[in-house]
Amino acid sequence: MAERTRRQILLGEGSGTGSGGNLQVGVGPAHPAMHGIIRIEAELDGETIVGADVEIGYLHRAFEKDCEVGGYNNAIPYTDRLNYVSPLINNFAYASAVEKLLGIEVTERCKFIRTAMAEISRICDHLTCVGASAMELGAFTVFLYMIKAREFLWELVEDVTGARLTISYGRVGGVKADLPDGFAAKMTNAFKETREVLDEVHRLLTGNRIFMDRMVGVGVLSREETIGYAITGPLLRAVGVGYDVRRAQPHWAYDRVEFEIPIQKDGDNYSRYLVRMAEMEQSMRIAEQALALMPGGPVNVDFEGRPIDPAAYVDQGKQGKTEGLLLVPIRLSPNLQGQNRGAWDRVNAHDKRVVLPPKETTYGSIEGLMNHFMLIMEGYGIQPPLGEAYFASEGANGELGFYVVSDGSDRPYRVRCRPPCLPPMAALHRMIEGEMVADLIPTFGSVNMIGGELDR
Amino acid sequence: MQGGQIVQRLRDRFGGAVLETHEHRGDATLVVERAMLIDTLAFCRDEAALAFDVLMDLTAVDYLKYPGREDGPRFEVVYHLYSLGHNHRVRVKTRVDEDDAQVPTAVDLWPIANWFEREVWDMFGVRFAGHPDPRRLLMYEEFVGHPLRKDYPINRRQPLIGPSA
Repeated sequence: MAERTRRQILLGEGSGTGSGGNLQVGVGPAHPAMHGIIRIEAELDGETIVGADVEIGYLHRAFEKDCEVGGYNNAIPYTDRLNYVSPLINNFAYASAVEKLLGIEVTERCKFIRTAMAEISRICDHLTCVGASAMELGAFTVFLYMIKAREFLWELVEDVTGARLTISYGRVGGVKADLPDGFAAKMTNAFKETREVLDEVHRLLTGNRIFMDRMVGVGVLSREETIGYAITGPLLRAVGVGYDVRRAQPHWAYDRVEFEIPIQKDGDNYSRYLVRMAEMEQSMRIAEQALALMPGGPVNVDFEGRPIDPAAYVDQGKQGKTEGLLLVPIRLSPNLQGQNRGAWDRVNAHDKRVVLPPKETTYGSIEGLMNHFMLIMEGYGIQPPLGEAYFASEGANGELGFYVVSDGSDRPYRVRCRPPCLPPMAALHRMIEGEMVADLIPTFGSVNMIGGELDR
Repeated sequence: MQGGQIVQRLRDRFGGAVLETHEHRGDATLVVERAMLIDTLAFCRDEAALAFDVLMDLTAVDYLKYPGREDGPRFEVVYHLYSLGHNHRVRVKTRVDEDDAQVPTAVDLWPIANWFEREVWDMFGVRFAGHPDPRRLLMYEEFVGHPLRKDYPINRRQPLIGPSA
């Protein structure tokens, strides 16, 4: 390595494997299009990729090991950080896996909330994927439009969960809290904006000459290989296989909503793009139906008397108008965790061994306090019987599975996450071999690699 | 096919090699002897009535500290199979001891086994005989030990070394 001539450095001579003098190029992990966490060791013959070795693991955070040292609910924040673009799906899938292990059912309302929120997450995920990969092809406008739409959806998520990204909204046996007031109206508005953006993006990209030149026929993976590599989700549907966990093994409320599974047949980047674009519309359909069918109707808690806004209540107190203030009923938002027993019961399974009591009960009765302690104290908590369970749900990138093994204690003995984007990454070299170097970028973008779940 | 029928079909075919079966929480599961593992998996994939064409997941569990399993074979390698045509699932497991932690590779049946097996080797130190590329997947080559083993302390720190040049 010491005496590389200028010619060797500039032309890459002598740096190849020796067979035919091919050039070895390391792409990433610091390359922006590799999202900072993937290294592809590509072997080039001119501009053609003849071989590629994909290296992962740069974002490994010992998710599975960490899950083993805390209680069952302690893993919920870790699952946020698996697929950090659609964390709600991870939350719910993990919680459902533990529920399956426990053998409990969540309430109907909770199932519908999970369905609607998972679909909102899925749209965010697809928006990010399509937007980012369009940006990497130079279509920066599309990226900004899609991020605008995602912002509307993240505001919805923030309304419900209190956070935008690391939401920790799922719980074993339910969800953290009910939906806030006026959620349906906000969702209608956000979907209206999203539909407009999708329409604009269709006009900008779907028939765009430059975009199609880069996408059509690029990154093709055959049907047989796609199945052999256990690829699920949009990439599998882009080769004409209509497998979707939501239809094949309906969980939550997917068996009660109508939706279509968009399919393309070419298996190239363009097909994947079309599948994702179509799926966003279907996700909005599902979320709208879920909200319409949700038992308990729109989220509105009935109060007698004159319910007032808590902020106005505080204002009055500050002004010294305290007369009779204690008697005024306050209208609290149902998504304030544990503030309202009714809202709590609607969204959480009625199982004292699993679900924390509402704060009203914890602070108001000795039984509630004891119940709370029994679930929080070390060595107590949720204790599923000995056994194992695998729960599959449809993540944004394909089948998201959680395999949980219990040893009867309050901590999971083993939590395995089947990451939906690992199989496409394992097959990436098959997609890019024989293509040009520049095609690496759209192909990598179409895989929608999410480092959090890939490396765990 | 229902889970029970799948298990029964495999029992009929492999009889003595099936060590244990159960359907806890509706997941059809069978534990087979390591010697018959690849035959079982191949049969699962190729038999028309089963047609498990997708190796959905492959992982392992270290039973070192599991109540009642402390003396038994330490590792279980777990295969989750799914059939696109029939829409059914099965879980196939095999057990190996620590001194002989080696399982035949399934790369010839499903190409995805390549990365899944690399991850199991990386995390548990279970070898896959005949694997074409037996490197670690997530950790770096200089890493010592296998982090998901139950005797690997969670707070052990190792120097971060880049990939060897």
